[in-house]
Amino acid sequence: MIRAYINNVEVEVDEGTTILEAAKKAGFIIPTLCHHDDLKPHGSCGICVVEIEGFPSMKRACMTEIVNGWKIHTNSAQVRATRKVLLELILLNHYMDCPTCIKNNACELQQLAATLGITTLINQSNFKRKPIDSTSLSIVRDPNKCIMCGRCIQVCTEIQTVNALALNNRGFYTSITDAFDVGLGNSPCVNCGQCTVFCPVGALYEKSHAENVWDAINDNSKHVVVQEAPAVRAMLGEEFGMEPGTLVSGKMHAALRRMQFDAVFDTNFTADLTILEEGTEVVDRIKNGGKLPVITSCSPGWVKFMETFYPHLSEYVSTAKSPQQMFGTLSKTYYSEIKGIPAENIVSVSVMPCTAKKFECARPEMNDSSFRDVDYVLTTREIARMMKEAGIDLREMPDEPADNPMGEYTGAATIFGATGGVMEAALRSAYFLITGKELEDVDILPVRGMKGVKEAEIDINGMKLKVAVAHGLGNARIILDKVSEQLQNTGKSEYHFIEIMACPGGCVGGGGQPWGSDMARRARRGETLFQEDKSLPFRRSHENPSIKAIYEKYLEKPNSEKAHHLLHTHYFKRSKVDGRIINDT
Amino acid sequence: MSAENHCSCAQVNEDELYPELEELIAQHNGKPTELIMALHKAQNLFGYLPKKAQEFISEKLNVPISTICGVISFYSFFSTVPKGRHTVKVCLGTACYVRGGQQTLEKVEKELNTKVGSTTEDRRFSVDVVRCIGACGLAPAMLVDDDVYGRVKSTKIMDILGKYE
Repeated sequence: MIRAYINNVEVEVDEGTTILEAAKKAGFIIPTLCHHDDLKPHGSCGICVVEIEGFPSMKRACMTEIVNGWKIHTNSAQVRATRKVLLELILLNHYMDCPTCIKNNACELQQLAATLGITTLINQSNFKRKPIDSTSLSIVRDPNKCIMCGRCIQVCTEIQTVNALALNNRGFYTSITDAFDVGLGNSPCVNCGQCTVFCPVGALYEKSHAENVWDAINDNSKHVVVQEAPAVRAMLGEEFGMEPGTLVSGKMHAALRRMQFDAVFDTNFTADLTILEEGTEVVDRIKNGGKLPVITSCSPGWVKFMETFYPHLSEYVSTAKSPQQMFGTLSKTYYSEIKGIPAENIVSVSVMPCTAKKFECARPEMNDSSFRDVDYVLTTREIARMMKEAGIDLREMPDEPADNPMGEYTGAATIFGATGGVMEAALRSAYFLITGKELEDVDILPVRGMKGVKEAEIDINGMKLKVAVAHGLGNARIILDKVSEQLQNTGKSEYHFIEIMACPGGCVGGGGQPWGSDMARRARRGETLFQEDKSLPFRRSHENPSIKAIYEKYLEKPNSEKAHHLLHTHYFKRSKVDGRIINDT
Repeated sequence: MSAENHCSCAQVNEDELYPELEELIAQHNGKPTELIMALHKAQNLFGYLPKKAQEFISEKLNVPISTICGVISFYSFFSTVPKGRHTVKVCLGTACYVRGGQQTLEKVEKELNTKVGSTTEDRRFSVDVVRCIGACGLAPAMLVDDDVYGRVKSTKIMDILGKYE
C-alpha cells in the first residue's frame, strides 16, 4: 500500500495507482480532456496537471503513478491558473460554432470550459478554416474542431488495428488525417465509427441521413418503412436521460409510429431469418464437408475489414446478408407484394447503432430487390435527435409492438446486439437443425461476457462443435491469425463457427451509439438484451411464427434458390491503401 | 557554372527502379521498426518518396500506410515531391527580405509557374527558400544550384534561369 496526501487529505492506494485515480478516492475530481477510461493514458492535453511538493514542475495526473509520502495539490491557485491557460490555448485553435455544432451540449470541451470557469471571450476572427472531409459514406471529419487529443488515432490503431488515422506534419501544422490526406472515404477506414464515439468534440461524427428521411416522411407518395436493430432498444433511452441499459423496445416502436413512419417493423425479425439462413449454411457445411470455419457476416465494419486485411478468408465468411440488408430486400419484395404497394414507392429506413451500416446500404451489389434495398440509415444518435425535433418524449411513450408481417421476433434475435449473441442464437437453432430436437437449456454462457476473445466447445449429440467469438477488430485479428495459420499449415482449422463483431461489446458498443460511451456502459446494455431474451415467449429463431410464415408463403425453405438470390451476397478484395475494390473474389 | 550534379529523374522510368528498391530494403522486410532506414534508401534511389514507393514499403515492412505518411511528413529530410534538375534557392534572411527578397521569390514562382517546395512540371527547377546564405552585402540574393547571384532584380531573373537547362 502507498500512503500519500492529496490536498492534505490522506489516501491509501495500491502500488501503480495514478494520481488521477488516487484523487478520486480522496474525493477530488481532477479535470481531464484527452483521458478516456478505455484508452491508455498518453497525456497529450495537459489539463490534468497537479503540483507535487518538492518538484519544480507540474505533473500530469493521468499518467503519473503515485509515490509513498507525496504531498499533491490538485486545486492550488497555480494549478487552476495553468489549466485555464492550457484550455484557452486549445480553444483558440478550436472553431467555436457551439450552438450549431453536432456536439452542442454533449461536448467534453464545452463542459470543461464550464468546469474550469473560462470567462474570457476568445477572438476567432482570424481563424483559418480548413475544408471538412465528407468523402466517407459513414463518417464526417471536421479538422476545424479537432483538438489533437489523439483519442481517435488510439482507438483506430490500438483497439481496432485499422490504422486509417495518423498524426501528420508537426508544430503548428500538425493534423490528424488519413494517409495522403485524401479523405476517409479514400482510406482503409472500415467505417466502424469508434472514432466518433471517442472524439471529445465535434470533429468526428456520422454522415446524417436525417433530412432525407424527413423528406420521405413528408412525401405522401412514399410509403416509408422503418426497422430498428436489436442494440438500439438497449441504448436509445440514454439519449432521453434514462439509466444506461434501460430496455425501450415498446416505447421505441410507439415513438417511431408518432414520427409518422408508415410501417414500424423490427430488424429483429430478419435477425431470426439470418439465423435460419446462416445456421443452415453452417450445418450444411459441417454435414457435407464444406469450408470450415464459417465466420459471421452481420457486422459491415468487420466485412470491410475482412475484405481489406484478410481477403484470403472471404470464402469462409457466411454468404448470408446482414439482418439490415435482408430486411431491405424483403421490404421491397415480400412486403411490397403482399401489401400491393409498388416497390418504387417504398422507402426503406433503418435505425442502427452503427455508422458502417451507411456504407453497407450503399454497396452497389445491395440491390437484389431491383431497387436500393435500404435507402437510408439513421444512427441511434440521429433518431434520438429527430425524435426530440418532433417533440417526442420517449420516456412518456406507451409500449407498443412492431407491425406485422416483419415485426415479430424471438429472444435469439434480440441478443444479436451483444457480443456472443449471434453465436448463441445460431447454436440454439443449429442444435435443432442437426438433431431434430430442441436444445433444453438455451443459455449458452461461455460465449457471453466482455472478454475480448471467447472460445467454447459445444456438444451437439456427441458432435463437438468448436466455436470462437471476438469483438473489436484487434481481438478479431488474434483469432483470424490463428485460423489463417492453421489453414495454411494443415488445410484445416480447429474451429467450426466464429462470430466477429467490429465494435467492442458488439453492436451495443457500435459507432452510432450515444456519445461518450465507455466499456462499462456497453456491458450493461448487453445484459439488458439478455434480459429481454429471457422475457420473450419464443427464444429460438426457428420458432418465430412470422419466420415460419415467410418461408411457407415466399421463400420456400432456408437456402432455397429464392432465398439465395434475395438474402445472400458475395465479397471483394480491397486495397490496404485506399480501401477500393481490387477484384471480385 | 557548376556541373549538373542532380539525377535526371524525369528521364528514368521510375517503375524500373522497383527491383532495385526491393533488393535494397530486403533486410528490413517484416520489420516495422526499421521504417526510417528503408525510407532513406528509397529516397536516395528515387530522389524523393513517390506514393508508389511508400505503398511498396508499407507492404514489405508491414507498416500501415498512414504511419508511413505520418513519419514522412514529420521529418523535413523526407520529400514527397521530386527534385528538379536545378534547385533555385531564394534568400529570405533579414537583409535580403528588406531589400526585396519576397518580390524576387514571387517573380521566380510566377515565371516558373510553381510554388515554394515544389518542382516545375518538366522537372527543370525546384524552388526553395533559405534563411541567409552569408551574402547580405549582395542582398537580395539567390542561389541556383551552387551559383550565387546578388542584387537580383526581378527583370534579371529570366536571364539567370535561362542559363540552366
